[in-house]
Amino acid sequence: MNDRILITVTVNGAPHEREVEPRLLLVQFIREELGLTGTHIGCDTSYCGACTVLLNDLPIKSCTMLAVQADGYEVRTVEGLEKDGKLHAVQDAFSEHHALQCGYCTPGMLMSACHLLETNARPTDLEIRKSIQGNLCRCTGYSNIIKAIASAADKIQEVSGQEVAGGNPV
Amino acid sequence: MYPAPFQYHRAKTVDEAVGLLAGIGEGARVLAGGQSLLAILKLRFDEPTDLVDIGRIANLDQIDDAGEVINIGALATHNRIGASAIAEAIPIVSDCANGIADNQVRNLGTIGGSVASGDPSCDWPTLLHTLDGEILCQGPDGARTLDINGFVEDLYQTALKPAEIITGLRFKKPAAGSGGAYCTFKRCAPAYPTIAVGVQLTIRNGQVDSSRIALGSAGLTPIRASAAEAELTGGSLGADEINKAAEAAVAAADPYDDRRGSAEFKRQLIATLTKRAIAIAQRRAGGETVKNSPEYY
Ligand SMILES: Cc1cc2nc3c(=O)[nH]c(=O)nc-3n(C[C@H](O)[C@H](O)[C@H](O)COP(=O)(O)OP(=O)(O)OC[C@H]3O[C@@H](n4cnc5c(N)ncnc54)[C@H](O)[C@@H]3O)c2cc1C
Ligand code: FES
Ligand code: FES
Repeated sequence: MNDRILITVTVNGAPHEREVEPRLLLVQFIREELGLTGTHIGCDTSYCGACTVLLNDLPIKSCTMLAVQADGYEVRTVEGLEKDGKLHAVQDAFSEHHALQCGYCTPGMLMSACHLLETNARPTDLEIRKSIQGNLCRCTGYSNIIKAIASAADKIQEVSGQEVAGGNPV
Repeated sequence: MYPAPFQYHRAKTVDEAVGLLAGIGEGARVLAGGQSLLAILKLRFDEPTDLVDIGRIANLDQIDDAGEVINIGALATHNRIGASAIAEAIPIVSDCANGIADNQVRNLGTIGGSVASGDPSCDWPTLLHTLDGEILCQGPDGARTLDINGFVEDLYQTALKPAEIITGLRFKKPAAGSGGAYCTFKRCAPAYPTIAVGVQLTIRNGQVDSSRIALGSAGLTPIRASAAEAELTGGSLGADEINKAAEAAVAAADPYDDRRGSAEFKRQLIATLTKRAIAIAQRRAGGETVKNSPEYY
């Protein structure tokens, strides 16, 4: 019953090999096995999006995936956004535009926003709203989050071709 | 929340998956995208002894639109279908795929899982009713093709036999002069529809040659509203015919009170969404490009 399974998951560029119970959720693997507690558990029922990470560059809810399903895949979490001590352009914009209050939803919001800007350099207001339709915020009323994402898109455009403020090529 | 313990198996081929399921027997469940199953396991509504992960079976996520029939592999995710050439060519497919849940769920959830779950709130079975689809399965006794009509037998219960898996879905490309729409009303993006209505009309010289109407979240199974179709077929989509079709759709439904709304509220939604879907389908049949996405409370 319940044999442990050896998996390798690359998280923020670094491969991690662990023996895990098959029932371990990806979010628990990230938080408890790897100690990366930036990814939050909000609802634990796949509704709130606080646990959003990028799996092979696509946003998914890590509370609704088994760690064994991510074996051999690449995961990016909020901890991977900062490079060389500099925040990612999206993080800077969230700070500048007061796009967070309690901060609980923020790691998930940032990952959804990053995915949007990596696949759509000039998103419309509607596209920004749609990109965070799976991320719930109980504090901000969303307006500042939308502003922050739009401003990050502008920032990234301004410095496109070079390294952005956060040091992250986008 | 942790699911109860289970053994995990990763199948590399359909044959291997079927062999594992047949060998393990009653306690085994198929795992595809996990977007329905994991919630059930975490709440411990089900405690399987084994999960057979089919998520990495090669080539089971292909979308083939080369011929007259469109084939979609069971593992194609909602987002992949929504971004595909068939969603571009057949707007009702885009309505359905892009209206399911949110970006994160659409990146993992699969069409096969949506159909296999036997959940009347899942959108693909309703869409396949609208497009007269078929389900390709493979089990210990070989492959077979099932009609979508009758496939979902009861709440969470399908015609799949033990150890049988869905390998793909298929439907005919809508004919020229045909247009469809899939309209939903939901609480928010990461929520199942309160009511969904799919309509596909083929119109020639202003007359309805054929029509199909299906309802989701409107009873214990997806519902084909044949009497509503009959109100439209042969007519010219006059206001009276459309009203009668909406009434017949309401009569075909068997909604129940739940957190999403009362049965009465849902009946009103069925009437409204049926009329809306007919109107969009008619415009699309005429070659117009019409945007359509879920409406929220
Ligand atoms: C927050 C949220 C909101 C959602 N909103 C919607 C919505 O608006 N509309 C909608 O349609 N859906 C919605 N869903 C459900 C989603 O579409 C699921 O992806 C889908 O229902 C199941 O697909 P899956 O690949 O995740 O299947 P899984 O969860 O892996 O499996 C579901 C069931 O099907 C079985 N199964 C899976 N694949 C096969 C196969 N190929 N052959 C045989 N059996 C199989 C499994 O054993 C299980 O019983 C939502 C889900 C969540 C979490
Ligand atoms: S914790 Fe995963 S969606 Fe809420
Ligand atoms: S900042 Fe508090 S939930 Fe979003």
